[in-house]
Amino acid sequence: MATETLTLGKAINRGLRRALEHDPKVVIMGEDVGKLGGVFRITDGLQKDFGENRVIDTPLAESGIIGTAVGLAIRGYRPICEIQFDGFVYPAYDQIVSQVAKMHFRSQGKVTVPIVIRIPFGGGIGAVEHHSESPEAYFAHTAGLKVVSCSNPQDAYTMIQQAVISDDPVIFFEPKRRYHEKGTVEVDAPLDEAYPLHASRVVRPGRDATLLAYGPMVRTALDAATAAEEDGRDLEVIDLRTLSPLDLAPVYESVRRTGRCVVVHEAPGNVGLGAEIAARITENCFYSLESPVLRVTGFDTPYPAARLEEDYLPNLDRVLEAVDRTFGW
Amino acid sequence: MAKGDTAGKARGKRATPRSGKPAGKTPNTGDLVQLLTPDGDRIDKVTWIDGTEYRVDFTDEEYRGLYRDLVLVRRLDAEATALQRQGELGIWASLLGQEAAQVGSGRALRPQDMAFPTYREHGVLYCRGIDPIMPFGLFRGVDLGGWDPNEFKFNMYTIVIGAQTLHATGYAMGVAMDGRTGGDDGEAVIAYFGDGASAQGDVNEAFIWSAVFNAPIVFFCQNNQYAISEPLERQTRIPLYQRAAGFGFPGVRVDGNDVLATYAVTRAALDNARHGQGPTLVEAFTYRMGAHTTTDDPTRYRIASEVEAWQAKDPIARVKAFLTKQRIADDAFFAEVDEQAKQEALRLRERVLEMPDPKPLSLFDHVYPHGSPEIDAQRDFMARYLDSFEGSVH
Repeated sequence: MATETLTLGKAINRGLRRALEHDPKVVIMGEDVGKLGGVFRITDGLQKDFGENRVIDTPLAESGIIGTAVGLAIRGYRPICEIQFDGFVYPAYDQIVSQVAKMHFRSQGKVTVPIVIRIPFGGGIGAVEHHSESPEAYFAHTAGLKVVSCSNPQDAYTMIQQAVISDDPVIFFEPKRRYHEKGTVEVDAPLDEAYPLHASRVVRPGRDATLLAYGPMVRTALDAATAAEEDGRDLEVIDLRTLSPLDLAPVYESVRRTGRCVVVHEAPGNVGLGAEIAARITENCFYSLESPVLRVTGFDTPYPAARLEEDYLPNLDRVLEAVDRTFGW
Repeated sequence: MAKGDTAGKARGKRATPRSGKPAGKTPNTGDLVQLLTPDGDRIDKVTWIDGTEYRVDFTDEEYRGLYRDLVLVRRLDAEATALQRQGELGIWASLLGQEAAQVGSGRALRPQDMAFPTYREHGVLYCRGIDPIMPFGLFRGVDLGGWDPNEFKFNMYTIVIGAQTLHATGYAMGVAMDGRTGGDDGEAVIAYFGDGASAQGDVNEAFIWSAVFNAPIVFFCQNNQYAISEPLERQTRIPLYQRAAGFGFPGVRVDGNDVLATYAVTRAALDNARHGQGPTLVEAFTYRMGAHTTTDDPTRYRIASEVEAWQAKDPIARVKAFLTKQRIADDAFFAEVDEQAKQEALRLRERVLEMPDPKPLSLFDHVYPHGSPEIDAQRDFMARYLDSFEGSVH
């Protein structure tokens, strides 16, 4: 088994390359994805090797990117669309929610639109406004879409390929502040034997409380668990990986053991994924809970100026503060 | 400076006052392609502003065929309106008045061409040889109007205004990427939309994309003068066909109540597209004689004399006058067409009334191509819930 050390960003690049090699109907489309290789260089070198018909620099029109991808999908293509930043997806929202999501349902299964929409999301990079948002709940709320987020290079490499071969439209959230974090990646592992796309995973076993996170917050949750060891607390961390559908069976199993659960995400708490998860845990683990499920999230404000984002974003200390509260209930 | 002052100054700078009559409301003969006058007189050929010459050369049989199409789609449409009034359809979007625009463009399509309709293109659907019952599931409310676009070369109806123009553009990009342009057997795509949609961002994005990718597409705008209640001047200050120039491709205005001119212009635009010459905007200048849909009351926003003026330009009457004057058809033919239309309308009615209601659990079908554990769990719950009622059958 060949392994390489790759950054998360490079792992997605390598995954995209394999997807392009695997199926001539796969095309990449987006703003600056060609010669530049994308503003984060995730598509670096792909246009050079696969040509302008496979890696398409598009006009600056997000609705156009998704709307034309629908037409290409009807024609038999498998488009991978790059939305340059989270806050730029909204012009495409109508095409995603009203067209992409509903096409299979309204056609009674006669039309599939196997489109992957890649969105670098989340904050922590000191950007100007509209470049640090976490819009995943908008999409998870929409029937017909599948929504995933990767947190490490191995998953990034595997999950992007799984998303491309999936017949579902997949919103693929990439934790942009983790693009440069490195990890080992099995680059020639067969895709059909890989860990499933729509499955959560325990990334750190523990006994005392359960931390749930996805995307950029998995690293934060793991760091919090390490720090909690000093307090003598053994925290379990679960990487949700799939946001729609949720895969909560491993979560229920965990919470029934620990009795305590904290959900962590950067997105605002109000009507966020944490609320849905807390409700489901309450329904399924009611008699095992020692405290209510707590949430550590972004505040219900617009994403703030860069010099305030450390105050806005969940961090290790806020996670541990919530863990403390679950023990003090 | 107060805000009001700024606005006043800006208004004063306008070349034409807002209250001025916008261009495009009443086209001159100089910028309208017409091959059959409202009185049924044939015009041999017309040269458009850019020098393109339009003409048609139909056999008598083909002329009679176009007349038959026009009468049939109007009769089926009338039946659908009646079905809605009788409570058998939830809603109907009538094409009354737009028959020539739809039959002319629909018959101009070659078998390999792909159409992306709005929700009003029942006439185009008919001309594609598709069973006219197909969209009635949508309007009766028994399904969402689902069919396989590739099987019929006719996409599903799209209700969100203008969204389908981007789908059509993407599909046309795929045609080009597949190398299916460049010859007589090349494929072309037609995107239908209306004057209201011309204001949508998606339509303008579709223009840009199709231009920069040289996509084999015809944008067919049925300018029926109204977007529900809003007249054309609320959408544009210039004739719609002139928009194309700014995007870098040709625009043509055709008399949308003239089936011959609509056919000629659309066929030429499609053939240009299939030969790799890129997009064209066709503005079919027509009039929505009926309501926007059966929920609408057009008497609230337009005057009777306007409707009467358009009545005099009726798309079917002029073909009938032409066929009669030229002795291409006689009363026996017209009676036979009317009888066929009546019988087809009756059959349509019977089949609409026989459409079965969907089963409750079918609402969980096809949300995802390979299912979803969450949807499966909800289906199971619903089944148990329904079973809890005595005598429940589902």
